[in-house]
Amino acid sequence: MAATLETGTKIRVEGVSKVFGKTPERAFALVQAGMGKAELLETTGHVLGLHDIDLTIGSGETFVIMGLSGSGKSTLIRHFNRLIEPTAGRILVDGEDILRLSEPALRSFRRRKIAMVFQRFALLPHRTVLENVMFGLLIDGVPRARAEARAREQIALVGLDGFEARHPAQLSGGMQQRVGLARALATDAEILLMDEAFSALDPLIRHDMQMQLKQIQSRLHKTIVFITHDLDEALLLGDHIAILRDGELRQVGTGAEILAAPADDYVARFVRDVNRARTIRCGDLAEPGIAAGAEIGADAALEQAFGALARGPVTVRGADGAPRGVLTAGRVLAALAG
Amino acid sequence: MQSGFPDIWDTRGFARALDSAFGALVAAWGDTLEAMFLPILRMLILMEKGLQALPWWVVLVALTALALHASRSWRTAALVAVLILAIGLLGVWNDAMATIALMVVATLLSIVIGIPAGILMSRSDRLRALALPVLDIMQTMPIFVYLIPFVMLFGPGKIPALLATIVFAVPPVIRLTDLGIRQVDEEIVEASRAFGASPRQQLWSVQVPLALPSIMAGVNQTTMMALSMVVIASMIGAGGLGYQVLQGIQRLEVSRGLMAGLGIVLLAVVFDRIAQAYGRRMQANLHREG
Repeated sequence: MAATLETGTKIRVEGVSKVFGKTPERAFALVQAGMGKAELLETTGHVLGLHDIDLTIGSGETFVIMGLSGSGKSTLIRHFNRLIEPTAGRILVDGEDILRLSEPALRSFRRRKIAMVFQRFALLPHRTVLENVMFGLLIDGVPRARAEARAREQIALVGLDGFEARHPAQLSGGMQQRVGLARALATDAEILLMDEAFSALDPLIRHDMQMQLKQIQSRLHKTIVFITHDLDEALLLGDHIAILRDGELRQVGTGAEILAAPADDYVARFVRDVNRARTIRCGDLAEPGIAAGAEIGADAALEQAFGALARGPVTVRGADGAPRGVLTAGRVLAALAG
Repeated sequence: MQSGFPDIWDTRGFARALDSAFGALVAAWGDTLEAMFLPILRMLILMEKGLQALPWWVVLVALTALALHASRSWRTAALVAVLILAIGLLGVWNDAMATIALMVVATLLSIVIGIPAGILMSRSDRLRALALPVLDIMQTMPIFVYLIPFVMLFGPGKIPALLATIVFAVPPVIRLTDLGIRQVDEEIVEASRAFGASPRQQLWSVQVPLALPSIMAGVNQTTMMALSMVVIASMIGAGGLGYQVLQGIQRLEVSRGLMAGLGIVLLAVVFDRIAQAYGRRMQANLHREG
């Protein structure tokens, strides 16, 4: 969304592996000696959830981790706030190894620095919308009046004014997830973890939520780690995308990079069915030069340029108004052909 | 004596040793224990005398109001009022008040013991594995067996009756507290952890509130079991409706037993309606819609 705002590394994941089972350390030693995932399961009953993951997530970017179910993406996102502890590796947030945090330090890290949105919303059914949004603040000991004022701001931000006194079961799925988002935003954490946050929603509602997230992000510039199994969603939201399969990282790059050069067959099969006209942005295909005709923003999807392209080449301009190059029909057709 | 099973070990010697050990325990601690439970005995007697001293219509109005508060339904409240009136008409009012006092105190103490025990049990699988068979034994052992040691320690009276009632009635609230907490949606608990809730905050802001309907079901069962104990407890001097049943048996008076027995049934219905209505309200609180 806003790659220009990157100022540095926010999260570093170094060599993280996770083995599930009774004696994970012993099983992990076998993995290091070269045993594969299937053999490990067969001989020891241990599951290799993640294997040697390295990632760098920039400050202020939206980083999408995508994979099918069982790929380890939900396991991975739970490492960022230590809901799951890795078997090996380091996780640095702002240069600090969060695996070294004591229990109280970890709690205050979770209260102030990192917030999470869940696939099935995970709201408290016996509390009102307002109380749900206040949850993180009250846990942190923020005085009730201040917590309430802050919660009301967030409820307004996600467009739920007037619903403060309702209970979650009275709201639609999309509205419940807005509550989940407001709850996560309320603590003013710099990092937002979103675990398949929109996967449980209807397609139309999902698209609304994606747009709302983009709009909120363009104002707040959080570091967002977003999990999804939907490549269209990944391409729409992600400044960078990491593709995970069977607990291993297959490719990391921008959406355009992955579409242009899938790292292996697995990624290529994923990419084949993508609606390129909607996911590739005009800026991605701009060539040096300036055209005489129409103009379009670098962030616009290719399909938005079709009308103008029918009449000739189009000039692409960045968000700052500076020309980024020229877009031609030939270039667009080549990209759509894959 | 001829036994069908070979005498592999000396059961008679073991039994004698157990009896004498318990006898020594009674001699050494009987007075101390009695002094310890004196406040509870006073509370029980105060409640019994208080209920009996109140005009009958005050009790009727109070219980009807409680039913109305719990159920928000005039029909349930009216039913409760009629049932209480019927208890009076059966001529067992004072005994019913004594039974209510015993049942309420036993239920309150069972809750005070049972909910924390259930919470502890929900936090440790090992403790649960140990506790479940103990709870099974508490519920299946014939109740008369508990009466023996309690009567030896305290002599016949209200305290051993109360304690035997608690031993018998406490398992459901422990079980259902444990079960309720274990059944709380894992993702909601995880969310509270993700927002930095301490174990105590998780317990009180998420687990216990979401387990409340299950806990209330346990309280309801405990209440019913305490009520079912009153006949047996009366054998060691608890008084109340159970005592009338016992006298009915001893004197072979069908009418006396029948009146008191009907009184117990009516009380059971009254308290079941009230407890169930509270349970339903908590359930509705969790799944409020429309």
